[in-house]
Amino acid sequence: MSLHRINLKINGVAEQVDVASNTTLLQMLRDRLALTGTKNGCAAGECGACTVMLNGEPINSCMILAVECEGADLVTIEGLAKDGQLDVVQQAIIDQGGVQCGFCTPGILISARALLNRNPDPTDYEIRDALVGNLCRCTGYVPIIAAVKQAAQMQKQAAQ
Amino acid sequence: MHSAHPGLPEFDYVKPASLAEASAFLKAHVGEARPFMGGTDTFVRMRDGFWKEKYLVDVKHLEGMQDITYDPAAGLVIGAAVNMNRVVASPLVKEHYPLLAEAAHSVASYQLRTRATIVGNICNASPAGDTTGACIAFDARLKVHGVDGFRFEPLQTFFKGPGKTVLQPGDIVVSIHFPPAPRGAQGKYIKLGRNAIGDLSIVGITVLGYPDASSSSGYRFKIALASVAPTPFVPAPAEALLAEKTITPALLEEAAQAAMDACKPIDDVRSSAVYRKAMVRNLTHKALVDVWGRLSAAAR
Repeated sequence: MSLHRINLKINGVAEQVDVASNTTLLQMLRDRLALTGTKNGCAAGECGACTVMLNGEPINSCMILAVECEGADLVTIEGLAKDGQLDVVQQAIIDQGGVQCGFCTPGILISARALLNRNPDPTDYEIRDALVGNLCRCTGYVPIIAAVKQAAQMQKQAAQ
Repeated sequence: MHSAHPGLPEFDYVKPASLAEASAFLKAHVGEARPFMGGTDTFVRMRDGFWKEKYLVDVKHLEGMQDITYDPAAGLVIGAAVNMNRVVASPLVKEHYPLLAEAAHSVASYQLRTRATIVGNICNASPAGDTTGACIAFDARLKVHGVDGFRFEPLQTFFKGPGKTVLQPGDIVVSIHFPPAPRGAQGKYIKLGRNAIGDLSIVGITVLGYPDASSSSGYRFKIALASVAPTPFVPAPAEALLAEKTITPALLEEAAQAAMDACKPIDDVRSSAVYRKAMVRNLTHKALVDVWGRLSAAAR
């Protein structure tokens, strides 16, 4: 099986990694780069625990090969906070108690950040629609949706 | 290396420099090589041991694969590697083929649609494909590159069974081509899943209707059903009724019943066949009422 040398940017840092053909982006992040904030859940593109942001768009990292990420700009949960300051989606999910076991949280926060980037003022339905690919078995989703609404408010206030 | 991640089996990733190279490689490795787009079906099947390809051939970077173009005379062309989020967000698609955007939006989740493609959905030939019905309703054709060059394949004759199509070794679908949408067309996609959004379809109902002076009713309806037969299914008797008889509320019910009678669903993990049939009738009726409501409002 062939090896491929790839160059990409992860959370603003340039990385060079040699990956096998069958290495997924998720495996590369967790097993090669020790970025274990991104979780492995279903490995079938359904649960969203592995969601990362690739060139600004959320994506299931179990559903893309590492070799396909040559030249990509990647943001994982480890890159969401900036200069020791939590992203508003992180602060809001803490405030709303939207975390219980926490396994889904990294993926939820990436999906939420991506939603607020493309739609800063989402309706309840738009929030549910954006998070439909992120399963949570603890919270019942209500505090998570409240957190995204709060984050949208915080983002709006910060922009004023 | 040990990993908790149920990894993919071993294969070689191949990235050809041209369509000619890609087709030649696929033809030279029949049964061992497969082209892939977003991999949302390919990776799952490989992980589950159903597919054991030695080579996965990435073609997303090849010419025309990433383009969406529209011309009022020629219609819409969507490159095979254009992801579904781009289809949903495209102003061209929203303006001229909103039914397609609606169907694409119903697929899985936003982050999966970053990978999923319309052409991949079609080539996978799942009877449950959400976007296939809209493509059939709009009379779309696939542009295919094979070892002998380019050709077009109409969707009406493309599907041969679950996962089976007319594609031959060496064939790569490059783009999907939609003729200009019929003037005054109205469409509706109703997807019934086990939950409100994001699930695979128990049944999927695509209805497209438009004024057509050549039919006795003055209208033409295209209907395509997902998850009710081994391939995407067109209930021809229902379409014929709506073309031949004057459209009334009773005729819409009759057509929905005809759709139910024409389809042959199976029992599976998502639903029983009996429930599927009943839902085909009820939801085809609902979609017809909705589309007819908009068509008749536009005619007033």
